[in-house]
Amino acid sequence: MTLTHPQVAAAPVSPAAEPLLSVTGLTVSYAPPKKAASLGTGAALTEASLQVRPGEIVGIVGETGSGKTTLARATVGLVRPVAGTIEFAGQDIGGLRGRALREFRRSGQVQLVFQDPLRSLDPDLTVADLVREPLDIAGTLSREEKAQRVRESLELVGLDPASTLGRRPRQLSGGQRQRVSLARSISTRPRLLFCDEPVSALDVSNRNLVLTLLDRLRTELDLAVVIIAHDLSSLAGIADRVAVFYRSRVVEEGPIRAVLQDPAHPYTALLTASAPSVAPHHGLRPVDLRVAAGEDRGAWTTPAACVFAARCRFAHDACLEQPTLAPLENHDRSAACHVAGEWTTHLDSQEIA
Amino acid sequence: MSLREHERTLEVSALQVSVGDHLVAVQDVSFEIRAGESVGLVGESGSGKTLTCRAVLGLLPASGHVDAGRIVLGRGADEVDLTAARRTTWDEVRGVRLGAVFQDPASYLNPAITVGHQLSEQLRVKRGLGRSEAHARSVELFTEVGLHDPEGVYHQYPHQLSGGMLQRVLIAIAVSCEPELLIADEATTALDVVIQAEILELLRRLRDDHRLSLLLVTHDLAVVAESCDRILVMYGGEIVESGPTADVLGDPQHPYTQALMKVATIGTWERRALEVIPGQPPAAGERMPGCRFAPRCAYATERCTAGPVPLTSLDEDRAARCVLVEDAVARPLVEVSA
Repeated sequence: MTLTHPQVAAAPVSPAAEPLLSVTGLTVSYAPPKKAASLGTGAALTEASLQVRPGEIVGIVGETGSGKTTLARATVGLVRPVAGTIEFAGQDIGGLRGRALREFRRSGQVQLVFQDPLRSLDPDLTVADLVREPLDIAGTLSREEKAQRVRESLELVGLDPASTLGRRPRQLSGGQRQRVSLARSISTRPRLLFCDEPVSALDVSNRNLVLTLLDRLRTELDLAVVIIAHDLSSLAGIADRVAVFYRSRVVEEGPIRAVLQDPAHPYTALLTASAPSVAPHHGLRPVDLRVAAGEDRGAWTTPAACVFAARCRFAHDACLEQPTLAPLENHDRSAACHVAGEWTTHLDSQEIA
Repeated sequence: MSLREHERTLEVSALQVSVGDHLVAVQDVSFEIRAGESVGLVGESGSGKTLTCRAVLGLLPASGHVDAGRIVLGRGADEVDLTAARRTTWDEVRGVRLGAVFQDPASYLNPAITVGHQLSEQLRVKRGLGRSEAHARSVELFTEVGLHDPEGVYHQYPHQLSGGMLQRVLIAIAVSCEPELLIADEATTALDVVIQAEILELLRRLRDDHRLSLLLVTHDLAVVAESCDRILVMYGGEIVESGPTADVLGDPQHPYTQALMKVATIGTWERRALEVIPGQPPAAGERMPGCRFAPRCAYATERCTAGPVPLTSLDEDRAARCVLVEDAVARPLVEVSA
C-alpha cells in the first residue's frame, strides 16, 4: 500500500490579480476585565495583515487564542477593530457603521461558516428554511427565485434536494450537516467565504469530503475562501497560501507548500514537526525545537519581546524586541522573526551569538 | 504465553453492548491490554469505540446496557470482574485502578473549585492523605505532567487555564492513584497539533515511568501511529482488524483499514486530491447479516453479505474480519493437505 496521492494542478490564481480582501495592520482588542489583570491585556489581534484573491484558498493555522477567530469576526463585521483597515473589493468595511454596516452584512457578500453545525444551525428549522434564510435577509430575490437558488445550492454541495429539503439538522449525519451549513453560506452567492474550523468536528473521511467541496466551490463560484484549520496536511492538499498566527500576530505567511516544507519561523517549524502522520516520521521532531525543560524563560516574557521568544529555542538578545512581518529574500513569503530562515543553521548549537 | 497472561491488565471478551430499545451497538468485541502496553482503538464516529471504553469504565449512558461478555481488570489476586460490578466495587476501581481522560477537559472539572483542590481531594478521599501531604503530592503531580509554576496552578480555577493545561490537570488527577490502566477517549482531539504532540508525549512518558497501560481512543490513525504498540480498528460496532501498529499500518488487511489509511493524515505538504471513503457507516443497531463494511467496500461480493464474517487470526497477534483474509489464510492449508 502506497501513500502517494495524485498531484493536482495548482489553482488558476494569477498572483497579479487584485486582492478581494485586503486586511492591513488590523488590531482588535477586547476590553480587559476590571479585576484579574492576569487574564491578559485584551489584545486579540495585533497588526495583522492578510490578502485573499478571488478563486484563492488561504489557510489560517495557529493555536487556540491566537486571533484566528477574531480575524474572522472582524472581517464579517462582528467586532470593531481598534486600528487598521479591512478592504473588501476596494471598500473599507472596517469603518462601516450603523445602516451601512447592516446593509453590507445583509448583502451576504461575505459569509462565515462555523465549526459545529449542530450548534450553529437552528434545530427547529428544516434544511429548506436554513438555506433560504440568508436570502430572506438579503431580500433581493422573488419567492420562486429563492426556491430555485436553495435547490441549486444544495446540489452544489452534493446533497439531493428532494430527500434533504424537509429534514432537520438532527436527522442528518455530521458530514451532511456541515454541507448544509455550506449550502446556507453560499446561497447568497458570496464573493468571500470565511470558514472558522469547518472540519475540526468531523472525522477524517468527512473532513476530506468538506475540504474537497470547498476546493470545487471556489472554482465553480469564483469564491475567495479562508479556512481556519488544525489539520495541516489536509489543508495543504487544497490551499494556496497559509498564514500562521501566534499570540495575536501573523508570524509567517506565504505559499502553503513552501511554508510547511521549509518553515522560516521556528513556530511554524514546531507546528509541522508536531503534526501527526501515519507515515514514518522524518525530519525535525518537536523535541528538537522546544526549549529544554526547566530552562528559565522569564527574561523573554516582557511585553516588548517577540511573542514566541519564551518558547523559542533560538531566542537571543535581539528577540527582546518584537520583529515585524518582513518579506524574505527571493521569496513570495514573509516572516516575523530575527532569525527567519536561518535558525536551521543554529539547530546543533546551544546559543546564538 | 503464560508470562503474558500473568501480566494482563485488562481483558474484554465477547462484549456486546446495546443502547436504547435493544439496538446492538457493540458486538463480539474481544481484546486484551498487557501491563505497560499502549493500545489504540480507532474508528469513525458511531463505530462503537466510545461505548466500548465507557463499558470498561462502567459509565454507559442510562439507555446503555452490557448484554453479554466479560470485562476483567487485573490478574491473580487483584482480578476484578467489572461486568456486573456493584457500586462499592466501582468505588474501589474507578479513579484508583482505572483512570480516564476525555475530549473536553473543562466539562470534567468543577468551575467553582481550584484545580489543585480538585486533585488533592482525590488524593485525600482515595489515598487517605492528610491535608498538607495531599497538597505536596498534588504539586509533585502537577510538575510531573509538565505544568509550569505548579504552585501557582494549584490555586487557579479551571477558567484561568488553557485547554492543554486543563488536559494536563485531568491527566494528573487520572494518574494520581497510580492506576493500572489509563483510558484516553479522544483526549487530544480538541487540542492544536503542538499541544496534541506534547500530551501524547506525556502519556508515553507516564506509561514508561509507571508501567501504566494505555487505551487511546481516537478517530485518527495518525494519532496512534507513534503512540501505540497495538491497534484495534472498529467499524459498525465490531473489531475489524487488530495487530501491532507497524504491521497494521504497513500492511493493512481489512479494506476498511486500507480506506482509513488513505484518508489519514500523512506528513506531506503537497497539493493533492483528498481521499474520501464513499458512503455512510451503518446506523447503531442496524441489522446486517454479513460484513458491515460491505456496502462501502470496493471488493464486496455476494459472499460478504451472505452470513456473519468471523475475525480470522493471521498470526499470533494479528486478526482481520474479511472473507478475503479468510481465503488467504485458508489457501495454504488446502495446498498442504492436497
